[in-house]
Amino acid sequence: MGKIKSLADLKNMKEDLRNKVELREKSDHPESLVQVKVGMATSGIASGAKEVYNYLSEELEKRNIDALVTQTGDMGYSYAEPTIEVTLPGQEPIVFGWVDTKKADEIIERYIRNGELVDGIIPQNYETIDDK
Amino acid sequence: MHLMVCGGTGCRASASDTIEQKLKNKLEEKNLENDIQVVTTGCFGFCEKGPIIKVLPDNTFYTQVSPDDVDEIIEEHIIKGRQLTRLLYKDPQKDETIADAKDMGFYKKQLRIALRNCGFINPENIEEYIARDGYEALGKVLTEMQPMDVIDAVKTSGIRGRGGGGFPTGLKWEFAYNNQSDQKYVVCNADEGDPGAFMDRSILEGDPHSVIEAMSICGYSMGSDTGIVYIRAEYPLAINRLKTAINQAREFGLLGEDIMGSGFNFDIQLRYGAGAFVCGEETALIHSMEGSRGEPTIKPPYPAASGYLDKPTNVNNVETFANIPVIINKGADWFAKIGNKNSTGTKVFALAGKINNVGLIEVPMGTTLREVIFEIGGGIKDNKKFKAVQTGGPSGGCLTEEHLDTPIDFDNLLAAGSMMGSGGMIVMDEEDCMVSVAKFFLDFTVEESCGKCAPCRVGNKRLYELLTKITDGKGTREDLDILRNQSNVIKDTALCGLGQSSPSPVLSTLNNFYEEYLAHVEEERCPAGQCKNLMKYIIDEENCVGCTACARVCPVGAITGEKKKVHEIDPNLCIKCGACMDKCKFNAIFIK
Repeated sequence: MGKIKSLADLKNMKEDLRNKVELREKSDHPESLVQVKVGMATSGIASGAKEVYNYLSEELEKRNIDALVTQTGDMGYSYAEPTIEVTLPGQEPIVFGWVDTKKADEIIERYIRNGELVDGIIPQNYETIDDK
Repeated sequence: MHLMVCGGTGCRASASDTIEQKLKNKLEEKNLENDIQVVTTGCFGFCEKGPIIKVLPDNTFYTQVSPDDVDEIIEEHIIKGRQLTRLLYKDPQKDETIADAKDMGFYKKQLRIALRNCGFINPENIEEYIARDGYEALGKVLTEMQPMDVIDAVKTSGIRGRGGGGFPTGLKWEFAYNNQSDQKYVVCNADEGDPGAFMDRSILEGDPHSVIEAMSICGYSMGSDTGIVYIRAEYPLAINRLKTAINQAREFGLLGEDIMGSGFNFDIQLRYGAGAFVCGEETALIHSMEGSRGEPTIKPPYPAASGYLDKPTNVNNVETFANIPVIINKGADWFAKIGNKNSTGTKVFALAGKINNVGLIEVPMGTTLREVIFEIGGGIKDNKKFKAVQTGGPSGGCLTEEHLDTPIDFDNLLAAGSMMGSGGMIVMDEEDCMVSVAKFFLDFTVEESCGKCAPCRVGNKRLYELLTKITDGKGTREDLDILRNQSNVIKDTALCGLGQSSPSPVLSTLNNFYEEYLAHVEEERCPAGQCKNLMKYIIDEENCVGCTACARVCPVGAITGEKKKVHEIDPNLCIKCGACMDKCKFNAIFIK
């Protein structure tokens, strides 16, 4: 990626990146790409988020599920670490708390494969700057 | 179809687990258990109206559900597809029921501005930040605004320093702008040190680019080309993410020379602090950056006139910076409308202590303590009684039940004898001894005092000794007067903010919990049962059967007595370990 030389450059890049995200969601395997974010700030990692991250990346591949696992910062739910956010194609993201490898397995088998919710969902209880 | 039952502690306490079990039983009875799943969720943050059940996919939000409602929910809603109007939330103002959870936004007490990207983007990927309007504020500032326009916007927004003091950020920038010099510095204070606070760490770990962008904006407005982040070495992950972010910003030409073709140059360096609390004070921080001892100096001169290497320097806290790009993008007026008149915007708090939902939250200024603790925080652990909350860390004070409905903002907290501080909130329940709490914070301050001025170095040590005397049961009423007088002297005479505010925990507990201090000195009693030296283990003559079990486990041989006769504990030998009480099968040992 070259340097950003002007505000217009930046805005173009933003559009490109947004399209890329949409492409990620819409083309290729639109019906199957699952996005998983693992909260990996200090508190998450201290409660085992790294292990969960590795487990999810390996298991999703092993089980032939088309998924993108990324890390993110603190979601704020320290009482429920490790926390992960799962977005199934075309659906609202869902945050699960208290995720260890056993829970991760349950999430893969039940939620990601079958769309069944499992215990430990954390409802979104805040507004974002886009809502205001 | 899914039935989501709130498993937050508040809802659990009002029988959400019974509801869940009944739902499952009823579904089995109707042979629906394979089609309809019952799942437990974390706290919805609406504990006032719990227990809560949300039905998916139609998004129905039932409040104050009781186990008796289960049959009807299944028969009516699940089988016949008819909502139960009586369980829907009723808007008290409009007298309308709200069926769709999407329209329930008002119950969400949190608004995330500083934390907007925290937990959303990958902090190690600049592209994700750019996709969420990242660096657009910087672009706008560099191409469309004059430095003074930026400062005016920050002033209009009304934002005040999030690190503790609450000084208007726009004014600070203006002072730095007005001081002419060949070199100026922008410093980010990431020396977060309050016990239990981790707001800044989370921002740096979750959204480092927001700080980099804001520092560049600040640099442009005051005329500086160098930014320095002073961060504690104990935050290795934050340091790594920040380094990665700085390198990526350089690669993209968002740090360095001629940023976005504007002719403006800016770059950022890191400096590591060794973890001294006083280095959060801006003059001490600057001395530490210069390689000197981290000791504060008297202001003036203010850093805006003579700071790092005697050049004009502007120091802002991490959270303050994280707000800046939003102020530019969304507009100063947008920001000023959030919160209170004199405290605009939001504040991030780290909830800790005896609270159910320990974590990081962000609420508009003016939210009450009750909303924060009992709604978002899910209430007190184990259904104990709320006693106090410490805000402002070791420099703040405690607030009690009477303050629960006080809107949280800079001025209200000061008026209530505490302070905003950086955002740590430690919640205490009925089992916390307030004298011990004051002692805990004093212990911290004594440890962290840099030793430069006598009031802080000597005075705090004496305060600590007095508190120890009281928790040991050796205090007198006069000690309480000395405690108060000496606290006031330290407050009036210490050199810097650390010293001046260090007696605050003592003063505020004295003011709010004088009775508890009195019980310690006059009755040698700790009402919360925390002060070990005031506890007495006693054997109940009626219940004791003389089994000798207690005497055998006592590690110091303080229990004597013949077999089958009442035993006795020698209080002079007893170390209050409680082993005897755990061992006694006859409930014959109690604490007085």
